[in-house]
Amino acid sequence: MAAVDDLQFEEFGDTATSLAANPDATTISIEDPGETPKHQPGPPGGSGREEDDELLGNDDSDKTELLAGQKKSSPFWTFEYYQTFFDVDTYQVFDRIKGSLLPIPGKNFVRLYIRSNPDLYGPFWICATLVFAIAISGNLSNFLIHLGRKTYHYVPEFRKVSIAATIIYAYAWLVPLALWGFLVWRNSKVMNIVSYSFLEIVCVYGYSLFIYIPTAILWIIPQKVVRWILVMIALGISGSVLAMTFWPAVREDNRRIALATIVTIVLLHMLLSVGCLAYFFDAPEMDHLPASTAAPNQTVAAAKSS
Amino acid sequence: MFAGLSDISISQDIPVEGEITIPMRSRIREFDSSTLNESVQNTIMRDLKAVGKKFMHVLYPRKSNTLLRDWDLWGPLILCVTLALMLQRGSVDSEKDGGPQFAEVFVIVWFGAVTITLNSKLLGGNISFFQSLCVLGYCILPLTVAMLVCRLVLLAEPGPINFMVRLFVVIVMFAWSIVASTAFLADSQPPNRKALAVYPVFLFYFVISWMILTFTPQ
Repeated sequence: MAAVDDLQFEEFGDTATSLAANPDATTISIEDPGETPKHQPGPPGGSGREEDDELLGNDDSDKTELLAGQKKSSPFWTFEYYQTFFDVDTYQVFDRIKGSLLPIPGKNFVRLYIRSNPDLYGPFWICATLVFAIAISGNLSNFLIHLGRKTYHYVPEFRKVSIAATIIYAYAWLVPLALWGFLVWRNSKVMNIVSYSFLEIVCVYGYSLFIYIPTAILWIIPQKVVRWILVMIALGISGSVLAMTFWPAVREDNRRIALATIVTIVLLHMLLSVGCLAYFFDAPEMDHLPASTAAPNQTVAAAKSS
Repeated sequence: MFAGLSDISISQDIPVEGEITIPMRSRIREFDSSTLNESVQNTIMRDLKAVGKKFMHVLYPRKSNTLLRDWDLWGPLILCVTLALMLQRGSVDSEKDGGPQFAEVFVIVWFGAVTITLNSKLLGGNISFFQSLCVLGYCILPLTVAMLVCRLVLLAEPGPINFMVRLFVVIVMFAWSIVASTAFLADSQPPNRKALAVYPVFLFYFVISWMILTFTPQ
């Protein structure tokens, strides 16, 4: 005879909390037919939920990839084909810019903001603004640094605009091309769950460059320490956006290759910012330095002679 | 089923007649031989008057459609050439770091205008390509005036007051250009993308203003 307790209905709660409580349990999600049940135990704790999230998000991106295939159906020589890349509203562009400024761990920029509607408006105009921001700020900063000197004659340095344009646009288009080619090649060897299209990668890179616009304007301040702090902050923010975007794409791969890819992405980003700082902004003259270096030299000489 | 339709027929003996008139647009001049015979002065004065009328529309921007309906590119060409002539650096000794050359200003103005036009068309605006070029070109007029004023002010002695006067003039004319061009262009965009279409215009005139402000004579 069954005890009365056995007939009590047992509350299971929702899947997320029970998965967190018992991370090694086998879970089968019934949202989509054709999804394979997770048989291997996921890593414990919060990342278990992230994997769950990843798979759900992946369905979303699968479906939206199908929809995207249906969306861009005009042949590439018509004007309508290119109009599909500018199908964004003002608030969407603002949201994407905000997403690139506030990287939240665990939230993938592509999945959250782009969702298979990559646009070319953001990357193109952010790069254009950045080109002029760097050129104009560099010019202003050089003017302010050399202001007191009698022999200084102000020059607008217009040639630097074209150099800045070449650098920025080459970075924003060639690096995504290389990265996309690399990811496609790795995809053919190791089956990755998450894969990005070329335009999505261009989009991420374009929006991640937005942080450099206020950084370039603040680089006018002629203090070396301030400039390097700004470099670190900007690199931290945009580097983490890029790293968090591309980590799911290389995660299933060989550990060393995955790490090397992420490190290369961040290194190239750092190279861009440090290179721009070094080329467009003259080093601030520290006029008080000759007096202070003379004094230690004298004290050293006095100490040696005594 | 369709038997009833056989009653509907036009009998042969009712003549169909009438008049077909095609409304003649004022721009169709090739059928009008009178402009071939008019004097050169008439032709030039007519075009100059059209350009002058559009200058007035830019200087006092109201929501009128004249700039859009009868576009022409004479005004933008005159303004662009004037601006580029005044902005080019004079001699070759400051070749490396000086201001823009004539060709560079020309390219910036025209390629900038083309890029902005393409951008607004790709975003879904319903303005034609040359109409947009026309508006953007004509709205450089305040900045050209600013260039003239700056050149005059630079004849006086250099100094911070000189710079302040030039800065003030350039800022006022920059704002005027933006207001004038958005008065004409903003209506052609879908309402949820207006800011996306107006921002490149802002960037374009900002770059031109920067070139004007940083102009230094040798």
